[in-house]
Amino acid sequence: MTRSLEKSAFWTGVVDVLPYIVMVVPFATFFGVVAIEAGLSLAQTLSFSIMVIAGASQFAALQLMLDNAAIVFILAAALAVNLRMAMYSAALAPHLGRAPLLQRAIIGYLNFDQSYVLAVAKYEDQPDMPLPSRVAYFLGVSLTIAPLWCLFTYIGAEIGAWIPANLEVSFVLPLAFLSTVAPMLKSPAHIAAAGVSIILALALAGLPSGSGLLIAALCAMVTGVVVETLLERRA
Amino acid sequence: MNYSQFEIWVIIALMAIGTFAIRFSFLGLIGSKRMPPLIERMLRFTPVAVLPGMVAPLVLWPTDAVDGVTLLHLAAASAAVGTAYMTRKVIWGMLAGLSVFFVPVLFDLL
Repeated sequence: MTRSLEKSAFWTGVVDVLPYIVMVVPFATFFGVVAIEAGLSLAQTLSFSIMVIAGASQFAALQLMLDNAAIVFILAAALAVNLRMAMYSAALAPHLGRAPLLQRAIIGYLNFDQSYVLAVAKYEDQPDMPLPSRVAYFLGVSLTIAPLWCLFTYIGAEIGAWIPANLEVSFVLPLAFLSTVAPMLKSPAHIAAAGVSIILALALAGLPSGSGLLIAALCAMVTGVVVETLLERRA
Repeated sequence: MNYSQFEIWVIIALMAIGTFAIRFSFLGLIGSKRMPPLIERMLRFTPVAVLPGMVAPLVLWPTDAVDGVTLLHLAAASAAVGTAYMTRKVIWGMLAGLSVFFVPVLFDLL
C-alpha cells in the first residue's frame, strides 16, 4: 500500500515537471556548445553538468574562464549565483528535514530551481503528505530533469564541434543571461538591484577580472533590500 | 582561456563541492532552523544582483567580435530582454535573441 503511494507520488512529480523540459533542453544544449567552443574537453564539459547541475553558475564560470579571471574570483562569482539555493534548502528543511541523512544528501545534490519550486508548492498544497511520498515526489521531479540536463549538454558538445568558427557563438552567453534575468525583474526593488549591478560592474571593469563584479553584486543586494524596505514602509 | 588541464578540473571540482554545500546546508542541519530574516532577504536578490553586472560588459564589449559592439549585438540583447520580460519565460527571450543575432549571419553564409 505505502509502496504504491510512493510510486504514485513519484509519477506525479514526473508529470508536473514535463513543461519545464522545454526550458532545460535548449539551455543544456547551449551550455554544451559554448563550453566546447570555449576550449573545454568533452569530459570536462560533461563533468560540469553532472557534478554541478546549475545552469546559470556554469555559464558564469565559463564566461570568467574566457576572461582568464583568477580561480578565486571564478569560484566566488559562480557560487554567488548559486547562493539562492541556500534559501531553497531552508525552505525544504521543514518538509524533508526528517528524512534519513543519505536521502537528504541526495535531495541536496538535486536541489535546483525546478525541483524546489514544484516541491514546496506541492508540500504546501498537501500538508498531510507522508514523508516517504514527499521524498518520492521530489525525486520524480529532479530525476526527470537532471539526466536530460546531462544528455543535452553532451548533444550540445557534439553539435559545438560542427559549428563554423566564424559564427560568434560566445554571444549566446549574454543572451542566455539576459533571458534568465528579465523575468526575475518583478518589483522596483529587483529593478533597482539590477541597475546598480550594471552601473557598478561597468564602472569597476578595470579591476582584476571578476573582483569588480563581486563588489557590484554586493552593493546591488543591499540596494534591493533597502528599496524593498522603503517601499514597504510607504505602503 | 589560459588554464592548465589540472586547473580546469580544480575549478569544476570546487564548484561541485561548493554548490553541494550550499544546496545541502539547511537540509543537513537537524530540525528545521531558519535563516536570519535579513540574510534571507539579501539572498533573494542574488540572481538579479550578479547576472546583470556580468552581462553588461559582455554586451558592450563582446568577447569575439572583430569590430567591437554593433547594432546587431544591441538589437539581439534588447530582443532577449524585452521578450523574456513580457512573456516571463526564459525560453522565448532566448529564441528571440538568437533569431535576431544569428538569422542575418546564416543569410551571410548562404
